[in-house]
Amino acid sequence: MSRRGDWVYENNGGTCVAIAGADYCVIAADTRLSVGYSILTRDHSKICELADKCVLASSGFQGDIKALHKNLAARELLYQHQHNKRMSCPAMAQLLSNTLYYKRFFPYYAFNVLGGLDSEGKGCVFTYDAVGSYERTGYSAQGTGSTLIMPVLDNQLKSPSPLLLPARDAVTPLSETEAIDLVKDVFASATERDIYTGDKLEIVVVNKAGTRREYIDLRKD
Amino acid sequence: MASDTGASYGSTLRYKSVERIKAVGKHSLIGASGEFSDFQEILRYLDELTLSDHMWDDGNSLGPKEIHSYLTRVMYNRRNKFDPLWNSLVLGGVKKGPKGEEKYLGMVSMIGTHFEENHIATGFGNHLAIPILRAEWREDMTFEEAVKLVEKCLLVLLYRDRSSINKFQIAKITTEGATIYPPYSLKTYWGFSHFENPAQGAVGSW
Repeated sequence: MSRRGDWVYENNGGTCVAIAGADYCVIAADTRLSVGYSILTRDHSKICELADKCVLASSGFQGDIKALHKNLAARELLYQHQHNKRMSCPAMAQLLSNTLYYKRFFPYYAFNVLGGLDSEGKGCVFTYDAVGSYERTGYSAQGTGSTLIMPVLDNQLKSPSPLLLPARDAVTPLSETEAIDLVKDVFASATERDIYTGDKLEIVVVNKAGTRREYIDLRKD
Repeated sequence: MASDTGASYGSTLRYKSVERIKAVGKHSLIGASGEFSDFQEILRYLDELTLSDHMWDDGNSLGPKEIHSYLTRVMYNRRNKFDPLWNSLVLGGVKKGPKGEEKYLGMVSMIGTHFEENHIATGFGNHLAIPILRAEWREDMTFEEAVKLVEKCLLVLLYRDRSSINKFQIAKITTEGATIYPPYSLKTYWGFSHFENPAQGAVGSW
């Protein structure tokens, strides 16, 4: 038995962002895998397409992230077999929360952002902490660069106050291309100051036409 | 794949002729650093795995991707039980797939962190060898060129890593099979002027 459990976790770094639009959702993450002050690889995806309209991006401890993604993908397949349809994004959101809380006393060291289209085809983003607490928002950033990115998104996407009556939509009125440009800009900024963010940016866009992927180079230092 | 053949026990160089690279099945090589007894345990797991695979007698055999996936799960599950196999594993191999010969190289850490890359190193190799490999590795290298490049890295590690020794083994895996070459040494150069008469600039009672 190994004592002193500080070896059980490590932070492999990285940042994930998602922005919801009226009829699209942009989910992005960098592709750098680090350990300590070393870069293990510059080409490692943090994004997992769980269902056709549901994409998960996670940063944190890669062992836990891969196990979590595998777990959810398996549950989604079971859902397909049982319900003869793919899981909707809000359903997956609840499943992810439950899965994370299930390991409340030995958590998945994973900071998640779930993005996609809800059952009405509107963009949705769900943001999580490591033990499953979640909320539906219009946009979110998680990971080592999140503190650098979130304030910029707050400023650019001007989320309405949740206290307003009648309740106003949190999804951004920006077009898909404008949202993607914003994502590229915030990642370029985070890459400058966060040592764990960089190398390449993977952007996944979900809209009614389907899902597409884009790769942008980031600074490698 | 290359490794030195030393195994230390704290600061003692306990074993000097240890084979840290082994063939797995017909298509893969596994190399390990860390706790040697745990590596031996992993080899026993892999023996069981390859035996069952062989007994299926279905014309299929486990390739490096599959072994890597298996090892990742083993390492991660042991970590979950707070009883890890204290190793860094390097898994390499070649297998004929639908798109032709598919090469594979990946690493698994003791807690289940894993990835695939064109060049892998463990321990100090991450700091000293990977920068060299990132600068000089090319897709179209011949075996001889690759050995030269790897020897360059091994030499740097020999000079700068206290726990390395001057006895190395190279292993090669191709579709024809695995070859683990006999151990050999690299030529080192210590003739720097500063190493001659080191007390010259600081004469003392020592």
